[in-house]
Amino acid sequence: MDLYLPIAGLSVNILVIIGLGGLVGLLSGMFGVGGGFLTTPLMIFCGIPPAVAVASSAPQITGASVSGVLAHGSRGGVDYHMGAVLVAGGALGSLLGGFLFRLLQDVGQIDTVVNIMYVVMLGGIGTVMARESIHALIGEWRGDRPKAGGKRHHPLIAMLPFRWRFYSSGLYISPLAPLILGFATGVMTVLMGVGGGFILVPAMIYMLGMSARVVVGTSLFQILFVTAASTLIHAMTTRAVDLVLTGLLLVGSVSGAQIGARMAQTVKPEYLRLALAFIVLVVAIRMLLGLTWRPPEIFTVQLL
Amino acid sequence: MRKLFLLLIAPLLIGAESPRLVPDVSQRKIEIIYSFTGAELLLFGAILYPGGTAPSDDAQIAVVVKGPSEPVLIREKRKIAGMWINADSADFRSVPSFYALASSKPIARIVDPRTAVIYELGIDNLQLSPASGGDPAEDRRFETGLIDLKRRGGYYSETDSGVEISEGVLYRARIAIPARVPVGRYTAETFLIEKGRVIAAATRDIEIDKSGMEAFVAQAAERHGFLYGLFAVCLSLALGWLASTIFKRLRE
Repeated sequence: MDLYLPIAGLSVNILVIIGLGGLVGLLSGMFGVGGGFLTTPLMIFCGIPPAVAVASSAPQITGASVSGVLAHGSRGGVDYHMGAVLVAGGALGSLLGGFLFRLLQDVGQIDTVVNIMYVVMLGGIGTVMARESIHALIGEWRGDRPKAGGKRHHPLIAMLPFRWRFYSSGLYISPLAPLILGFATGVMTVLMGVGGGFILVPAMIYMLGMSARVVVGTSLFQILFVTAASTLIHAMTTRAVDLVLTGLLLVGSVSGAQIGARMAQTVKPEYLRLALAFIVLVVAIRMLLGLTWRPPEIFTVQLL
Repeated sequence: MRKLFLLLIAPLLIGAESPRLVPDVSQRKIEIIYSFTGAELLLFGAILYPGGTAPSDDAQIAVVVKGPSEPVLIREKRKIAGMWINADSADFRSVPSFYALASSKPIARIVDPRTAVIYELGIDNLQLSPASGGDPAEDRRFETGLIDLKRRGGYYSETDSGVEISEGVLYRARIAIPARVPVGRYTAETFLIEKGRVIAAATRDIEIDKSGMEAFVAQAAERHGFLYGLFAVCLSLALGWLASTIFKRLRE
């Protein structure tokens, strides 16, 4: 079953795209990541032009996060207070991201810079997460009791001024920390075509020390707003958002996200984190190889 | 049948000095709709000889379908510090977005090289107009890279025996248009070639355009970016909410 995509300018198999959306939605619901770091490369692999892939994955992530936010929100799994601070930072960050994108595009180095960012961030975060979750699992097998209470947010964050109380997260920290975190993910959303969940979730757990119960929901809440803003920016500047492609991806991903959110409740969080770390590391290694191997195309064409 | 045909067109030929071509295409307008997976164009026509008889010399036909030309920037990757990074680049002012050539015999054997360059017959004879004004050898390298990319993408093709000529007067050729071609005004050119030279040529225009819902979406994205973006966001929010409601019902 082939369908023509009006903006991408080619026809694709409907089932392949819906399947792709479903897979990414599943990850989104389970781990609280948008899945953009998988959708964008996979769509490019299917032959969709990179600009269209990046722009059309943004509204797809929005849709997948809605069902996730609603699913988590109904269980009290979203800290709206914390989320608002993150969104404010994200909005500022996406403005800077848009500026950087233009600059790098003009000198022709956008692909390389984005690839290096992927390798460094995914590699670093994947390693930290894998180590942490393996330690937790080993500790459990030995029968150690998990360290009770004692929020251990990073000492640097404890030094920041003007502390606020974030009741749902169980935190008393400076709002500057989530603001900076939101800002960083905002830059990445525009530059890399990702929601930023894969950096947000670990940062919330290991740096802010947020209560695990609200991490996934709050991360999805921030992703929802930042990807919606990013869709608007793309629709007005690159004009590369393909509604048909987005619609197909959405059908798969919103259902996947629901199933993923249910599955997340039945699996131990340590296993979830280990699985996410594994996926993140695989993508990072693939990207690293992509940078150093001789690429299939030495030449690339850009319309003037 | 052939005699009848020649008899009918005989009045057209009176006073004509050199042969003429009467070409046509199966479709003057190709509409891209949701189920578009490519199209096949049939290019056909007749060769009209003065006096109504085909000369003994064997005449050959070449047909070329060309898409709108566009300026492009091409970049070349090089290994720098262990990574493949875009290094050099070159501009070309007129690169046809699509080029398909079909001929009755291999094109290099039926035209002399100079004629081939003049009429841009053959992929290697396309005039891409490098704009860098740099080293010709370097321009050549970029040109080779660009053509190779276009050829493997299915945008450029050459078929040695794509044209059938029957009884020296009627010809036909099929040219496949892949699904991912850009829209715009295409030209279908037919060349009558004798003794290495082009002795008659004729052109027909073909319009390739999006139609129906596809055209509407493409225009909306182009003209009303903000509303289009807003619609995309609303669509994603609505679908997300819908899925969440349906799954909640299913669980109860």
